[in-house]
Amino acid sequence: MAEQQSIKVEPEFDVAQVRAQFPSLNQQVYDHPLVYLDSGASAQKPDVVIDAISNYYRNDHANVHRGVHKLAERATDAFEGARERIASFINAESPREIIFVRGATEGINLVAQSWGQQNLKSGDEVMITEMEHHANIVPWQFICQQKNAVLKVIPMNDRGELLMDSFRDLLSAKTRMVAVTHISNALGTVNPVKEIVSLAHHVGAKVLIDGAQAAPHSKIDIDEIGCDFYAFSGHKVYGPTGIGVLWGREELLAKMPPYQGGGEMIRRVTFEKSDFASPPYRFEAGTPNIAGAVGLGVAIDWLDGLGLGNVSTHEAALLEYATSKAKETPGMRIIGTAENKAGILSFELEGIHPHDLGTIFDRQGVAIRAGHHCAMPVMQHFSVPATVRASFGVYNTLEDIDALFRGVARAQELFG
Amino acid sequence: MYDALRELYEDLILDHNRNPRNYPIKPEGTNHSAHGFNSLCGDEFHVHLKIADGRIEDIGFEGAGCAISTASSSLMTEAVKGMKVEDAKTLFTHVHEILTEEQVRDDKQDLLGKLSVLIGVKEYPLRVKCATLIWHTLHAAINKEQGIISTDD
Repeated sequence: MAEQQSIKVEPEFDVAQVRAQFPSLNQQVYDHPLVYLDSGASAQKPDVVIDAISNYYRNDHANVHRGVHKLAERATDAFEGARERIASFINAESPREIIFVRGATEGINLVAQSWGQQNLKSGDEVMITEMEHHANIVPWQFICQQKNAVLKVIPMNDRGELLMDSFRDLLSAKTRMVAVTHISNALGTVNPVKEIVSLAHHVGAKVLIDGAQAAPHSKIDIDEIGCDFYAFSGHKVYGPTGIGVLWGREELLAKMPPYQGGGEMIRRVTFEKSDFASPPYRFEAGTPNIAGAVGLGVAIDWLDGLGLGNVSTHEAALLEYATSKAKETPGMRIIGTAENKAGILSFELEGIHPHDLGTIFDRQGVAIRAGHHCAMPVMQHFSVPATVRASFGVYNTLEDIDALFRGVARAQELFG
Repeated sequence: MYDALRELYEDLILDHNRNPRNYPIKPEGTNHSAHGFNSLCGDEFHVHLKIADGRIEDIGFEGAGCAISTASSSLMTEAVKGMKVEDAKTLFTHVHEILTEEQVRDDKQDLLGKLSVLIGVKEYPLRVKCATLIWHTLHAAINKEQGIISTDD
């Protein structure tokens, strides 16, 4: 015990104390206390994040990297300070590897276009998986069409786990990029990203990880994963919307062309030619979402302060409890039963459409997501039009899950 | 006790959801069809009409969706089967108005008869598109409109 503690001492985790920091959770919906089980779509915000954004606008706002006045200096320090914090949070080698984007979607589009335009040629292959969010499918379709490259799909089994043997078979010298989600948003599957990276690198392919779902749930160490690009969204890690992070290996970013043109990303402009700034600024054209970056930096500090080990343990307990209740519920089929799963319970209920369930839950104050979760190929795999998805965050309790299953009982009673 | 969910999921709706009428049927002699699809929620239906002498002689629908869209589809087919095309168009207008306009005169509601069960959906703004999908698909079938009809954009 003593030895284990010396590795990483995590603070005490008290869910009541965590909940108290989220003002939005303290409200009634249709005369029921709000039960928020939609953090996989977007997490609620703690006071520290809301206050940080408010304080930034009240006291420190100016444009960054220009202007010699005091406010410009403060805004720049706050913005670049957030970049440094994020770099150390994910164990990046340098803040120069942290590109601020609007979210994971923009991060993936940036790599597909900037890296893809330069590195893909006719006949090359890009590999994604059957469980990707549309954000990690469509950008690759675009670039593959533009470069006449081929998009290959790694299949999964009926538990929602990638078929690693098929992946090995698909890999070849033609494989240039493997873009895979760390945690499936529709199924909760945690993918073996380290193994994927090592296999892909063996054939000389680069690897992008979509970390939108993973970043809020577990410690992200990009050095340990070994990937080349990692993208995640601020609003899912208890930070603001409209801000996210693309991490890329510095030597790769240094060779990549700009994604968008504008101010901030250039060194010198004449009408004949522009010289581009170094990363990350080369990829940050225009005035960035400064307040968003500041808020995200604070959110990440806050999450780190809870202890990511605590967060994972807490959410695993919620998932275990919800899964055991689901198994006892007649007519309920869990979609996504991978061995290694994070805090997402996707299901369907016999005879009741997910959208009817969504409405019934809503009227009892329970917020869940009903739909295809922007992962239509996953729905096709399981032959369902949609599922209900309950996704867990740091503030959820076992009582929240009880409320979910009271909603299920109510729906079954209504539909007889 | 007032039960808002019961207002939406009335027995008639639940019955038509469980046992949709004229489903899954493409009538013999179908000469008008249309395809309705709400991509955000996945409700998807095909409506088939056999129109002769300005009258909907037969109707059927195929596809799948939530209870509201399925029941609305089933009720629609029951209501317009045998109706003059012009009357079906008028009914479409009434249903559309009643489901989408804030204030509706009582006499308008009276026109609907059994279909007035659909009014419960107005308390659920996010679900109105479920109830209207099939009606717009019917309208498209009558007018032989090509392409996919949607009510969720």
